[in-house]
Amino acid sequence: MRRETLALLAVFAVLALVPVLAELTGQTSWTRLVGQALIYGMAAASLNFILGYGGMISFGHATFFGIGGYVVGILYFHFDEGTRFLGIIPGTGQMLLTLPAAILVSGLAAALVGALSLRTGGVQFIMITLAFAQMFFFLFISLKTYGGEDGVMVRRTNSLPGLNMRDKATLYWVILVVAAGYYLFLRQLVRSSFGQIIAGIRQNERRMTAMGVATYRYKLAAFILSGMGAGLAGALMVNFLRFASPDMLHWTRSGELMVMVILGGVGTLAGPFVGAAALTIIETLLSRLTEHWMLPVGVLLLAVVLLSRGGLMALIARMTGGRGK
Amino acid sequence: MILLTEQLLNGLQYGVTLFLLAAGLTLIFGIMGVINLAHGAFYMAGAFAASWVAIQTGSFWGGLLAGLLVSGLIGVLVEVGVIRRLYARDHLDQVLATFALILILNQGTVLIFGRQPLFSSMPEIFSGSVEILPGLPYPVYRLFVIVVGLTVAAGLYLLINRTRIGMLVRAGATNREMVRALGVDIRRLYTTVFGLGALLAGLAGVMASPIVSVQVGMGDEIILATFVVVVIGGVGSVKGAFVAGLLLGLADTMLRAFLPSLLAQVMSGPEAQALGTGISSMGIYLMMAIVLLLRPRGLFAAQG
Repeated sequence: MRRETLALLAVFAVLALVPVLAELTGQTSWTRLVGQALIYGMAAASLNFILGYGGMISFGHATFFGIGGYVVGILYFHFDEGTRFLGIIPGTGQMLLTLPAAILVSGLAAALVGALSLRTGGVQFIMITLAFAQMFFFLFISLKTYGGEDGVMVRRTNSLPGLNMRDKATLYWVILVVAAGYYLFLRQLVRSSFGQIIAGIRQNERRMTAMGVATYRYKLAAFILSGMGAGLAGALMVNFLRFASPDMLHWTRSGELMVMVILGGVGTLAGPFVGAAALTIIETLLSRLTEHWMLPVGVLLLAVVLLSRGGLMALIARMTGGRGK
Repeated sequence: MILLTEQLLNGLQYGVTLFLLAAGLTLIFGIMGVINLAHGAFYMAGAFAASWVAIQTGSFWGGLLAGLLVSGLIGVLVEVGVIRRLYARDHLDQVLATFALILILNQGTVLIFGRQPLFSSMPEIFSGSVEILPGLPYPVYRLFVIVVGLTVAAGLYLLINRTRIGMLVRAGATNREMVRALGVDIRRLYTTVFGLGALLAGLAGVMASPIVSVQVGMGDEIILATFVVVVIGGVGSVKGAFVAGLLLGLADTMLRAFLPSLLAQVMSGPEAQALGTGISSMGIYLMMAIVLLLRPRGLFAAQG
């Protein structure tokens, strides 16, 4: 237990130093890169909660990521124009309002999708989550007011009282703190009795039903929590890139999130973050070398799926002699 | 009336294209239990090979042959190299491995052909149009596509219901383990079915190549619609793929053709256009969600 706390503190310290080190060495693009990896890590970790711990293979998780992002984008759009959303809700550029709004709306969307999808299972569940994801994707494309296929610009990052959010390093630290908080939240969640029931359902749903657990309700609650996490990540991403587009909801994005989870290690706490970092960094480095970077990424992914069991986290555990959790 | 007939034919043509793709996918899905996201890549491979050969030699028929050969060959290679290792894995591994295959095959195509779309021309005898109704000329090539699709459907029906290999395919879709237990060389059957599925997808690509722009990523767009067809028709059922393919092809085309103008009567022009296009793209996914909720196994489920 102590060892884990020390390791977490060390990782946090190193991550907190990234903008300083980047400034000193002149490699300022690293702040952006690591910031993106942290955000994708949160989205992947939220997916991992239902996929890795709950055994629900959702192929539409980018939907909630995109919805969270669009909440920030749409609120800023109305704030900028001085108009109201549907004539009722005024826009805002305050992060203390936009992030909870993003979490709320993506949670509502997850409740809708989950309530219907969880009536099915297996392959049907994969396909129906994909179907809902496509519906939301085309919905956002058809919203001409918010840019249609081009998406909506957020010219200024949301503000937080007392902080200069236009400074890239400050924004990075805010993201790091939120990501760390989310990690600790998931850690508690997995260890709670709720998390244990979710894991129990993955192992044997019939057994849990026989024990008197209303499995549908627990699965739905997990699905909603997971969607809210992805929404939070999407809201941060739009703040970071100052841009929300339907691309955030594309089905290949859902695939990428799954790739991050598998690459890092299914059903581990740190795995999705490791996987997100690995994929983001590999993609960026390779795309500097060659425009055909997708080819080696595809080969790497294929190798990981076919040859390895447990992803990068299992590898790290084997190297450090730990259990990998 | 004229517009309606024209759109019905367009829908039929899109429907048979979907059927050609879905027939192979549903068999692969039903018999081997593999979710193959990379099936759209065979469609792309067929289209690219056919267009390239047609442009080089000037012969559509040479292109047709090349498209079928290339897509079938890639199918067999993919089965032997990758898919074979996935039969015992769970769906998550299958989705990811075939997702990786999409990346590899797409980039491979970019390496060979570049990012510019290829444009090939129709065969000489099909390039004109015929007047099927007074005042409605319709391109002969599109009629040809419909005829080819229906012929293949009839051929598949005979293959599956009248031949020994068809018997194994039907048995495999109903109960995989039992077929294996009865001593059938399951590996050869799997490779054959996968190759055949890839060949049919390649044929769909060849047929589409003169009327769509042949470019990287064309497979990713159509593969999702194909999955919708497979799921609605019922996994493993070729009959289901046929009915659902035509149904979805017609529904999708009709929505796209008529919804924007219907909406334009209640809202302003450009917004109606955007919203109409958006909702029509959502249409088939909405149908899939409804079918899955009411009949989780699809309309013609092969597995009991």
